[in-house]
Amino acid sequence: MRGPAARSLLFAALLLSSCSPLQSALVPEGDTARAIAGLFWFFVAVCAAVWLIVMALLLIAVLPKRTAMPDPQIEPDVARERRIGFVIAGGIAATVIVLAVFTGASFLSNKSFAEPRPHSLTIKVTGHQWWWQVNYEARQADQTFETANEIHIPVGQPVKLDFESPDVIHSFWVPNLAGKQDLIPGRYTELTIKADKPGIYRGQCAEYCGIQHAHMAMFVVAQEPQEFAAWRAQQLRSGGGPNSAELRRGQQVFVSSACAMCHTITGTTAGGRVGPDLTHFGSRMTIAAGTTRNSLGNLTGWIADPQGVKPYTRMPAVALTGPDLMAVSHYLESLK
Amino acid sequence: MSAAPKVLRDTDIGDLELEDRLRALWRTPRGLMGWLSSVDHKEIGVRYIVTAFCFLALAGGSAVIMRLQLATPDAHVVGPDKYDQLFTMHGSTMMFLFAVPIMQAFAIYLVPLMVGTREIAFPRLNAFSYWMYLFGGVFLWFCFFSNNGPDVGWFSYTPLALTQYNVGHRADFWAQMITYTEVAGLAVAVQTIVTIFKLRAPGMSLDRIPIFVWGSLVTAFMVVFAMPAVMVASTMLILDRLVNTHFYDVSLGGDNLLFQHLFWFFGHPEVYIIFLPATGFVSAIIPTFARRPIFGQTAVVLSLIATAIMSFGLWVHHMFVTGLPRLGESFFTASSMAIAVPSGIQIFCWIATLWTGRPRFATPLLFVLGFIFNFVIGGLTGVMVASVPIDTQVHDTYFVVAHFHYVLIGGAVFPLVAAIYYWFPKVTGRMMSEALGRWNFWIAFIGFNVAFFPMHILGLEGMPRRVYTYSADMPWGGLNLLSTIGATIFFISFLLLAFNMARSSVRGTVAGNNPWDGESLEWATSSPPPPQNFTRIPVVTSGSPLWENRKTFPTVTGLRADRKEVLVSTLTEAEPDLREPSPDPSIWPLLAAIAIGITFLWSVYTPWAVIYGAVPITVTLVGWFWPKGTKEDES
Amino acid sequence: MKTQVVLDVAPLPESSFGSRTLTWWGTIAFMSLEGMGFALAVGAYLYLRVLQPAWPMNEPLPGLLPGTIVTIILLLSAIPNYFLEHWARAYDLRKVRLGLVVMSLLGIAPLIARVFEFPALRVRWDTDAYGSIVWFLLALHTTHLITDVGDTIVLSVLMFTRHGKNPRRFSDTSDNAFYWDFVILSWLPIYFVLYWLPRFG
Repeated sequence: MRGPAARSLLFAALLLSSCSPLQSALVPEGDTARAIAGLFWFFVAVCAAVWLIVMALLLIAVLPKRTAMPDPQIEPDVARERRIGFVIAGGIAATVIVLAVFTGASFLSNKSFAEPRPHSLTIKVTGHQWWWQVNYEARQADQTFETANEIHIPVGQPVKLDFESPDVIHSFWVPNLAGKQDLIPGRYTELTIKADKPGIYRGQCAEYCGIQHAHMAMFVVAQEPQEFAAWRAQQLRSGGGPNSAELRRGQQVFVSSACAMCHTITGTTAGGRVGPDLTHFGSRMTIAAGTTRNSLGNLTGWIADPQGVKPYTRMPAVALTGPDLMAVSHYLESLK
Repeated sequence: MSAAPKVLRDTDIGDLELEDRLRALWRTPRGLMGWLSSVDHKEIGVRYIVTAFCFLALAGGSAVIMRLQLATPDAHVVGPDKYDQLFTMHGSTMMFLFAVPIMQAFAIYLVPLMVGTREIAFPRLNAFSYWMYLFGGVFLWFCFFSNNGPDVGWFSYTPLALTQYNVGHRADFWAQMITYTEVAGLAVAVQTIVTIFKLRAPGMSLDRIPIFVWGSLVTAFMVVFAMPAVMVASTMLILDRLVNTHFYDVSLGGDNLLFQHLFWFFGHPEVYIIFLPATGFVSAIIPTFARRPIFGQTAVVLSLIATAIMSFGLWVHHMFVTGLPRLGESFFTASSMAIAVPSGIQIFCWIATLWTGRPRFATPLLFVLGFIFNFVIGGLTGVMVASVPIDTQVHDTYFVVAHFHYVLIGGAVFPLVAAIYYWFPKVTGRMMSEALGRWNFWIAFIGFNVAFFPMHILGLEGMPRRVYTYSADMPWGGLNLLSTIGATIFFISFLLLAFNMARSSVRGTVAGNNPWDGESLEWATSSPPPPQNFTRIPVVTSGSPLWENRKTFPTVTGLRADRKEVLVSTLTEAEPDLREPSPDPSIWPLLAAIAIGITFLWSVYTPWAVIYGAVPITVTLVGWFWPKGTKEDES
Repeated sequence: MKTQVVLDVAPLPESSFGSRTLTWWGTIAFMSLEGMGFALAVGAYLYLRVLQPAWPMNEPLPGLLPGTIVTIILLLSAIPNYFLEHWARAYDLRKVRLGLVVMSLLGIAPLIARVFEFPALRVRWDTDAYGSIVWFLLALHTTHLITDVGDTIVLSVLMFTRHGKNPRRFSDTSDNAFYWDFVILSWLPIYFVLYWLPRFG
């Protein structure tokens, strides 16, 4: 009764989940994630077999016995006990071998990840409550730039991520590409990722970091090298000059109100370092670290009432008139 | 020639009169004062069990609310603040206020009976530990109901738990609750060890000690060596928060991983502190229903000891993604996998006992079978998470939540429910309903698996832990809904259990001394046992005393019948060695717990509380230990 | 089922010393858990030290005098403690009373020196992690010392009352002396770690 029940439950479960590749460790798109998934399926196969064997033995053990025996049976059948002892010893030996194989496979896999790999790009990721600051490093100062919550990488090349956190422990996790790594205040950690094909890979903070831990997502966008180069060149340009009256008004509202105290837009006087850099905000896919999709409507809703969208977020509501709010929103959306 | 005072020994009296005299000597006085000053291990054990069940209900209710919030994406059943308090309260209550105390409670009740003595080693300390536990738990839940519940997770990592990242005194309340419950837990561990070492019935040599008692002994040792670690961790946290020390402040030389190392050095043995007593239950129940003594007794005992020792060498597996040297972490993979071996030995021995016996089905055995089914799944996912590469994907996701619920519910709660059905007749004198028991089992089994199996998949599909909601864009809604349905069914099974217990305690069939025909000493006395446990202390000649001595039961004589006495024996061979008096009921343990409890609570607000509190604490402790000049004090 | 008496325990004594008694084992269990606490605190000290390039971090080395005085008093107190244990086992009430008074005084003396030891650390608990951990270690041992001295004083008073004539009190005295040995021994590694380890670099 148990076997079929478990199977149909599993089937129903698989139906209900959509086996979607989104943020799934079982749909690897990077070499590390692929190696881990392989190791995982190997473990599942062996462990499932072990479980089935143990359940079979248990089932047989509780089946009704044909031979008569004393009740209670206090005189042991010594020969039989010894035989069973050998069988158990064999079972333990088999267990030890399986565990040794598991340990060895894990060790070898781990060792290959632990080796430093030559990387084409280094990106510093800083965790904050509750967003990701992303700094692209380079040898020359004028080749560095900052963005937030979205990390673009060239396909097929290892990229090193350097992690820091000034506040609490966060964890960077993009399951399609690699396992996770914690960002711990006072310590420096790192992770090398490599995407095998172009795509958008979602991730999420995986260490409870406070009240909006649930809304701290990030996206790794893997692009062909030419597209990546183009994106990077665009990021290096400062927040383009507004070219309409409304956009100029929006910029004016932004730099003269509270916005500039927390946010930076290069090429303007807004240089706040508390919240995300908004220089190319219009090209990002989401608002507030994956909380809502980036659209004009969502953006005005966010600016008008951040607490309503993401309760307890650090961004205060800034009182703006209706037209000012629309102008700022249009302006920010224009920052591609 | 001086006349020695005339003493009355039980050699001089017949059985019936002796029974009456001992009852009068050992029973707790009636009335409120008597109840508050009881030092009877059976009464205190029952109080612990009832209190732990109340905390189970609160923690279980929290879980149901959490599951309702997660059943659908972007739900508004509770907001993030309440949710964060709920998951912290759920974890902290289950671990500190339910799981460990209830295992200790069964030890407090059963160990003196199983080793054939009248009372636990330090009865007043026993009473004290109950009051500390009660105060700590009530205090924590009072904080929650006044919207001051801790919201930092049951393991309260720094820096999130430091003053600047959370509100008010919530994290201090968590840390102080730890202090209360660890004091209580350590006190019980001390008594368990001394009772098992020194109060065993004559003839109960090491190889004749019941495996449940071995499990309790080994667990008590783990408590002694593991709990100080969490006390150091939580004390350092309170000090950082209250008086500005810098243990965890990286800007001034502190380190956040120090907290994690200290916490998990405790935290890993903690789960075995919960699990090993459960294996003790199983090793007591299977022989009774297989109709033969346990197979491989020595191997099982050595496995318990090996598990306990090894459990201290695994803790870094909770820290695999913190940036520690990856190759050093591999050592902990090896040790975390190796601990599966002694657990495996126990499982094989249990199966062998059933295989070579003639299993007789009743509710306790059903829950034991459910335990094996579920625990092996949990143990195998444990082997998976022990692998560093796999853990880098599943750590802090619902996969791990599934794993630990399979080992904790499958591995500890199922045996616990089996133990309730098994020993309820001994404690209350009545049998629980078998029919309701079967319903209880199947509803629990199905509900549990439907609730927790999908979580493995959710974790692999990217759902992290401790999220109060998730977006409809994510493919998690279906499995979350399924899990919530399962959780509700599982919760209902506990309502059924409670109903069965309540109804059976008034209307259950009267149980005799030994309704299951068990082999160990607790079944030699009446159900419920008299206050003195045994009118005459048994002499033990085998590991299955009630099966070996079917016709006549050997006993001891020569103990005094005019004062409370226990028989102290030697450590290994249990040869009778000394007659020591056992303390009378006393109100001082309660008063000391009140003094210490108020001091701990007050110290959340000011460090001076420790100084002020020292005065009443000293007074109550002196009152406790000052001899009362009663007969128990003579020698 | 019939019961049959097979063993008579009337001749057994009603009190004893050392590992034959329940309280001795209780004392061992408490020593284990307290010792574990000390070991973990020392472990935390070493852990924090390894993380720092300089240790002490920004302050001078702790002054040696008060701590060394405490150590000397404790070590010397082992002598009367030894005799006290001996007298307790001999049920010698007069000598036990004397011994307990001496041990009470020898327990208070290091507490007085301890008052000077805290400032001699030359750092506050809230200055940095080094300050925090050294205060923690010293405070842990001080609590330990205070509770045991309190126990000794109460027992001394008890021995001067009518309860003093009870053989069980001699067993209590023996356990108390045993515990005092632990107080002395547990101090030595802490003394070494606080005062000498930083001096060796």
